[in-house]
Amino acid sequence: MKIDRRTFLKTAGTALVGSALPVSLVKVAFGAADSARDFTFGYISDAHIQYIKGKDFVRNWDMGLKRSIMEANLLSPRPDFFMFGGDLAQLGMKEELDHGLDIMSSLRGEVHYVIGEHDYYLDLGEYWQEKIGPLYYSFDHKGVHFVVLNSILTYDGWTHKDWDSPMDRMKAMARLDNPEGSPFMVGEEQIAWLRKDLEKVNKGTPLCVFSHSPLQKIFKGWNFWTEDAEKVQALLKPFRKATVIYGHVHQVQYNQIGNITFHAVMATAWPWPYPESYRQAASCLPKLTVHMNRADPFFERDATGWQYINVMDGKAAMHYQLPDNENRSVVYNHRTGYPEDAKYQDYADRVPPQKHY
Amino acid sequence: MDRKYKFILQCAAFMATLMSCIVFAAPLGLPPVPIPPDNPITPEKVELGDKLFHDKRFSSTGEVSCANCHDRAKGFSDALPVSEGINKLKGTRNAPTVINAVYLKTQFWDGREPTLESQSAQPFINPVEMGLQNHDPILKIVQNDPEYLKLFERAFGKSGSEVTMVEVEQALATFERTLIGGNSPFDRYFYGGDKTAMSPAAIRGLDVFINQGRCVSCHVIEQTQALFTDNRFHMIGVAAHQMPKDLGELSAAVEHVRQKGADIAVLSDPKTSSLGRYAVTRDLTEIGAFKTPTLRNIELSAPYMHDGSIETLEEVVIFYNNGGRVNETDPVPELLSGGIRPLNLTDEQQSDLVEFLKALTSPEFARQ
Repeated sequence: MKIDRRTFLKTAGTALVGSALPVSLVKVAFGAADSARDFTFGYISDAHIQYIKGKDFVRNWDMGLKRSIMEANLLSPRPDFFMFGGDLAQLGMKEELDHGLDIMSSLRGEVHYVIGEHDYYLDLGEYWQEKIGPLYYSFDHKGVHFVVLNSILTYDGWTHKDWDSPMDRMKAMARLDNPEGSPFMVGEEQIAWLRKDLEKVNKGTPLCVFSHSPLQKIFKGWNFWTEDAEKVQALLKPFRKATVIYGHVHQVQYNQIGNITFHAVMATAWPWPYPESYRQAASCLPKLTVHMNRADPFFERDATGWQYINVMDGKAAMHYQLPDNENRSVVYNHRTGYPEDAKYQDYADRVPPQKHY
Repeated sequence: MDRKYKFILQCAAFMATLMSCIVFAAPLGLPPVPIPPDNPITPEKVELGDKLFHDKRFSSTGEVSCANCHDRAKGFSDALPVSEGINKLKGTRNAPTVINAVYLKTQFWDGREPTLESQSAQPFINPVEMGLQNHDPILKIVQNDPEYLKLFERAFGKSGSEVTMVEVEQALATFERTLIGGNSPFDRYFYGGDKTAMSPAAIRGLDVFINQGRCVSCHVIEQTQALFTDNRFHMIGVAAHQMPKDLGELSAAVEHVRQKGADIAVLSDPKTSSLGRYAVTRDLTEIGAFKTPTLRNIELSAPYMHDGSIETLEEVVIFYNNGGRVNETDPVPELLSGGIRPLNLTDEQQSDLVEFLKALTSPEFARQ
């Protein structure tokens, strides 16, 4: 069985990477019965566009977003659409959102946006809604039901406490390990909306939920965490094929909780270390996750990137495009029932990661 | 004659003999030469490889040998921006030096061949290099020429029809494995403990190279040796304007590679050439990425970069100081490697850096 599984994954990984060739001509045969419904979408996230002054923005973050867009524009066959996974801005400023959207405008294809805390806590999403659209919504594509959640809300008492300024609030939420911080949550209002939205969806329909924070609890100190994750998970539980894709963590992460498959996406700005390397608080990094190798800080793009995602039989196969590092593919294995790295999942195949930072 | 003087003379003669023979041990600053188990170095093979390397009959016009573009007098390069093959046909890439090519993990600017052996067979049959249709004309010569009959017999114990391209490639590669150059002023300063081996400007340049210039991150110097390459591929901004602007252009270039094969496609069209490593791996993250070349003997092999587009070392330093741009006002390419950014070096730091680069020349290859 072990060899069968590995062969399956390696074959799946290779075939899919093949689809990256801009030979519009490569035919990707998945062998699935309804492969006509298989499709690809692109996912770019966590650009953290940062305003300095005048017309100056942090070059490194601009370059990361531009690079991923350039690569994405050269992907063939073309993805059906793109997602942006949140944190377009660093401190929620209009300048940052405008500049970020200006860069994003060169991305060829339809884009759906997820809001991140860095976009939100200055004006509580006001400018975002004006320029981009609603903070949570759903849509259908080729037989898959997609839901976008705003998962970076928190307790009203914290959001509306007596801040010196909105920027104070923004900076407090942006700070890691902030003892005065507050955990992310989806909130009752949105959960009620989600319940209603999902009521009309057949439970056999593949479901894919996008959020900025993980809809699972990994590491509280950095808000790799959603306080009411269990409540959202409960609503996804009746679906036979449920996938959650989130940004925020800037690293390869994947997990399986019951029927729900979780995948993180990369940042275009900078990589975070794995919380395991940081001992000040308990970390519940999924055992399934095979770590990325540590980034070489000389190469500013190392361990950043973006991904294209094949949806096959209603489940996601993640293809991480990682300049200056090794590209990774994490593919849902229908046989084992969880996502696996196409190359490194077996312990024998792993390259021990560097864990000191 | 004074006995002491006689002894010195004898030593000198002995050293001269050593120098003219094959240098098996690595010179100061270089690691041991990697030798594949199936192709050990022998003096007979080196002699044969040397002759093959210089034989102009292995081209369709009878005018081009390997040495045309890899000329000992020009640092085993050709002093041209891009190489000229038969009938002065131009390729798209600058001839890389053969000196120390043995240490590279892949061959050609895009690493499309893994070994010196496999690399050596390609230029013969490239239409803009030596222009043969296939390797048959070479085999015809090496299987019948009386001199080659003798040399192949001595080197491989084979002659006539027993000789195939395998032996031709092995002999060429063996000759190239002897073209190693260390023992530069830098090596004597850094590894040999001779603090006077480099000029004060070059010593300051080494500091720029390691620190503010960020050069060392790709052009690697280690504690006991320095290959001045990381054997990786980076998009540093050279010829960014040639790169495919959209999917249509990229698809056309890839189709070109698919139909003609990488070796012929990349040398026949600047746009296809600009794909760099991508032409080999089809990995989107490697579009426009080229192999880090060694910097040893760099003074001997102007002009520079994979397309020979920069004439002098001074201008190369300006290019890097501008963050991978010839002019400060040029646009920043979207796919630029994350290691390349403006360096803010002063004029003095830049000229010191050039002095350091000039201290990487091995005495045996230096221009006389």
